[in-house]
Amino acid sequence: MRIHEYQAKKLLAGFGVPVPRNEVASTPAEVRAIAEEMGGPVILKAQIHAGGRGKAGGILKAANPAEAATAAMRLLGVPLITEQTGPLGRVVRRVLVEEILDVTRELYVGLTLSREEACIVLLVSPRGGVDIEALAVNEPDLVLREPISPSGLLPAQAERAAQALGLTGPAPAQAVRLFADLLRAFEATDASLIEINPLVVTAGGSLVAADAKMDFDDNGLPRHPDIRDLFDPDEMLPEELEARRAGLSFIRLDGDVGCMVNGAGLAMATMDLIALAGGRPANFLDVGGGVTEEAVSKAFAILTSDPGVRSALVNIFGGIVRCDLVAQGIVRAARERGIRIPVVTRMEGTNVELGRKILADSGLPFTAAPDMETAAREAVRLAREPGGAR
Amino acid sequence: MSILAGAGTRVVVQGLTGREGTFHARSMIEYGTDVRAGVTPGKGGTRHLGLPVFDTVAEAVRSEGVDASVIFVPALAAAGAVMEAAAAGIGLIVCITEGIPALDMVRVKAFLRDTPSRLIGPNTPGLISPGLTKLGIMPGPIHKPGPVGVISRSGTLTYEAVHQLTLLGLGQSSAVGIGGDPIVGLSFTDLMALFEKDPATGAVVLIGEIGGSAEEEAAVLIRSGYKKPVIAYVAGLTAPPGRRMGHAGAIMSGGHGTAARKIELLEEAGARIVRNPAEIGKAAAAVLIGRS
Repeated sequence: MRIHEYQAKKLLAGFGVPVPRNEVASTPAEVRAIAEEMGGPVILKAQIHAGGRGKAGGILKAANPAEAATAAMRLLGVPLITEQTGPLGRVVRRVLVEEILDVTRELYVGLTLSREEACIVLLVSPRGGVDIEALAVNEPDLVLREPISPSGLLPAQAERAAQALGLTGPAPAQAVRLFADLLRAFEATDASLIEINPLVVTAGGSLVAADAKMDFDDNGLPRHPDIRDLFDPDEMLPEELEARRAGLSFIRLDGDVGCMVNGAGLAMATMDLIALAGGRPANFLDVGGGVTEEAVSKAFAILTSDPGVRSALVNIFGGIVRCDLVAQGIVRAARERGIRIPVVTRMEGTNVELGRKILADSGLPFTAAPDMETAAREAVRLAREPGGAR
Repeated sequence: MSILAGAGTRVVVQGLTGREGTFHARSMIEYGTDVRAGVTPGKGGTRHLGLPVFDTVAEAVRSEGVDASVIFVPALAAAGAVMEAAAAGIGLIVCITEGIPALDMVRVKAFLRDTPSRLIGPNTPGLISPGLTKLGIMPGPIHKPGPVGVISRSGTLTYEAVHQLTLLGLGQSSAVGIGGDPIVGLSFTDLMALFEKDPATGAVVLIGEIGGSAEEEAAVLIRSGYKKPVIAYVAGLTAPPGRRMGHAGAIMSGGHGTAARKIELLEEAGARIVRNPAEIGKAAAAVLIGRS
């Protein structure tokens, strides 16, 4: 789960991380009031879950409260299209109003989880404000990587990292403290990523987190209700949100063959099969292992409600999930909501005969396929039929 | 023959008395697994499914001589259950539980480094040595004993592959899911090394997916002179970057972990690549018949 910059800054400030004076607002009047309160010029930053805001015009400077209100009017309620949002962009619902810092240098500090080493890794670079992954590939000498053992960051590692940032005066000691604070925040919240990009050195020689990005491990959220409350439903597509609430794993894609599968690996394989058969998958949808008839019904409804979907493929390999339960869910959804597109079903495994019988006896226009390849070909063919959707 | 577990494996089920534990322990017993005991803290001294229940794994080891554990403990308690099993000297730990926080797994991995215990999972269907024993939640009847070793990162896709093999008359020596999480116990390469030494295994089917570098490591192992033929399928050619595809570990970021790259590396290393997931069985048959 990702949170907004303003939420990350508030959270990190609670762990002792220095951040600029800032306040979040959702109307131009609020922005104006905050700018007046702060006095002097301010910077307005659009709050959306996507990078590339600066280049896209989502970060504006204002010399006085009146200018701040005008800038807020330009940002709020309007979609911001960045290199990471896709062509529709994201509607800006909040802006972060901050004091403008007198910056002398921009650095990078991040913490992430290394799968291969099974530990948290500290990443630092004297070159901030850039794409760190690209920098690590193109100029690896400019990125220092310190794997952290579960017993903590060693003093020698912290000093090495501070040195790599090329700091002088009181700043190295401040950096060492910052690493410790960030690590505490990471561990205490089950984060999966913290990025301070840039971490700036001010004219006064102190370090301030000018930006902050935080992602959390979804599996850690059950023990952090306070973090879970930071979830912003507006950052998700409505159908993805609906799926999430039903305990389903759903991702919208841009094709026209919808699919509903049990198991993530089989779901990806099914998408790949649709592509091999010459079609384009419209989504990833894994109904999971402990699914109920209710959730299957929901899944089917979400899948078939997409106007871009011209046919649907249901691929179930019953293990713990019983084919009959899935069949009942599909029949229920089809009866309650009607189906406007052809549906191809392929079932195998636990209670498969019963499942197939429920579908066949329903009187609904399902096409049963004997194996997944035939199913994929048939679904692709049906999506291409002129006037396909009915 | 098989890897990791066979007819002589004596199993304790951690979380036996829970809903999942009860359901799957019963299915394992029906399959023929030698389940000796259960562990549920606070229920020591009772019996469940005709098995003695203990408060701790250590007591189950002392009393019943168990040497493998299958874990069905809820996500936030599962890391503790794995470490308890390792501390009690359990040699093979299969953690079925899904949803364990990654930082818990960081601690588990550090803990296991100092023990001889081997962990499979978490978030795995487990391990089956067909005809001998099942330490997991996979449907037993789709499997049959035979020469193919199966290693996978997913659940139902493994069932699909096994089903294809069985329909073609090709049985399996063992089939193992390494788990769909970012941080797991035994890796593809660990299991490949075990299959390489298993005389009953004639070929290895590898079922990978996007994210991480398990397939890349497998490619390096194959290239270094791996002695058995490897048939590989990698799911997720059509998966979008930056999105988590169901499994916590199935995500491509910064251009890393793409299916295309994994396939390319495995192919260069000499694995027989299957592009169509409906043809995993056929490809394995072609390789095995081509050799015999």
